[in-house]
Amino acid sequence: MIPKKPAPDLIRGGYRFSEKDHAQTMSSSVMTIRSEVKSSRLSVLAVDVEKRLGDFHLAAKFAVAGGATGLFGPSGSGKSTIANLIAGLIKPDRGHIALDDTVLFDAASHTDVPAHRRCVGYVFQEGRLFPHLTVRRNLDYGRWMSGHARDAAATGRIVDLLDLGHLLDRRPGKLSGGERQRVAVGRALLMQPRLLLLDEPLASLDTARKREILPYLLRLRDEGNVPMLYVSHLAEEVRRIATQVVLIADGHVAAQGGLELLDQGADRLA
Amino acid sequence: MLGLTPDEWIAIELSLRIAVVATLVALPFGLAIAWLLARKDFWGKSLLDGLVHLPLVLPPVVTGYLLLIWFGRKGPIGAFLDHAFGIVLAFRWTGAVLSCGVMGFPLLVRAVRLSIEAIDRRLEDAASTLGASRAWVFATVTLPLALPGVIAGMVLCFAKALGEFGATITFVSNIPGETQTLSAAIYTLTNVPGGDAAAGRLVLVAIAISLAALIVSEWFARRAGLRLHGE
Repeated sequence: MIPKKPAPDLIRGGYRFSEKDHAQTMSSSVMTIRSEVKSSRLSVLAVDVEKRLGDFHLAAKFAVAGGATGLFGPSGSGKSTIANLIAGLIKPDRGHIALDDTVLFDAASHTDVPAHRRCVGYVFQEGRLFPHLTVRRNLDYGRWMSGHARDAAATGRIVDLLDLGHLLDRRPGKLSGGERQRVAVGRALLMQPRLLLLDEPLASLDTARKREILPYLLRLRDEGNVPMLYVSHLAEEVRRIATQVVLIADGHVAAQGGLELLDQGADRLA
Repeated sequence: MLGLTPDEWIAIELSLRIAVVATLVALPFGLAIAWLLARKDFWGKSLLDGLVHLPLVLPPVVTGYLLLIWFGRKGPIGAFLDHAFGIVLAFRWTGAVLSCGVMGFPLLVRAVRLSIEAIDRRLEDAASTLGASRAWVFATVTLPLALPGVIAGMVLCFAKALGEFGATITFVSNIPGETQTLSAAIYTLTNVPGGDAAAGRLVLVAIAISLAALIVSEWFARRAGLRLHGE
């Protein structure tokens, strides 16, 4: 019942991509990125999905290497849907999602790894902390569910990184918005994710709180050693955090590249 | 003690035992069905919903009669239980547990279902991204958050079971020491000349038990509510 995760060394260590797995479904850009990261030993997320939700039709295809990728586009363009598809919270109608050499979803072979086995950390816009558990238990939830042994050193590192020490015995109801988001980030990190999804993690915060939490996200990007997919409709946020950008417009990938896309983004999306 | 005769104490003890056991037996089924109704869409959902609520709208005598036909010694389910496990329900206190549980069941399911529906599903999604399988999500997120509703449902079920009369007397009759509950004892006393004093004593006992159940549940619900809201 309790899913076993591969040890972190296996996830981040020597990669052997099984090219035959997805060779047919992968675009040449994915292959390029894959061959690049082979040497740099970074994670790769390959997404090629279609999903119809009422009148909205999403058909997105992109691949990203490790580091921080901004998933950038206007509200309602399908960014959060893409994050939910990657996390396994909704199921694509068609397509393929792979993380490193693990296929998370593949319509052709009827592969659909359930959300709780995907090892994808998810920081939601509203935090979604468990109101009945203390901060300590919230942070510990992922480890508890995966059945890992308690790792005081790892917990201590994340608690320090996000400055959560003085909050551990409180309940989420007693936290400020910024504190809540920091706990949410810590909770997602402590499950040792292979990929961290951040869906507008600053959107519910005022400017002062945003300024308070940004340095933590930058530290996480530089020291956290987890590939990040940062979803936002604000160019300045993406510019601060991301190192590469996937531009989403109207359910499609409009462009993919460096931060310079953010400047053209406004024109493209207009 | 308290001016009650031994027979009256037996009726009180029997009523409490039946109501407690009926509530505890109904609980796991109630949780499962409430969760299904709150969280799942499936073929026959309205039918299941209607079936669960039937004892609430049927005359209790009809429910008792149906139980007698199905769970009596000659009934299809009753005969099977007798042959396979040696379990006899008709005219036993265990039969009263069944009839009281069936009558209280819709109240339990209703309260639990409403409280599960009030839980933010996005918290359950968050739990699953953190590695919790569906069963663990239920045990660690859904159930604790629904706890005030579960307690309310258990109290309603207990109160209904304690006061149940029509279905019980139809199914298991009114046998002193075996199936004569508080309600049935009061009913019998009102039919006996000079039974008013004894009936009055039992009425006071019934009021006291019901009030106590309400107070205890309020206390539990408040504690559970405080835990949820960040104390």
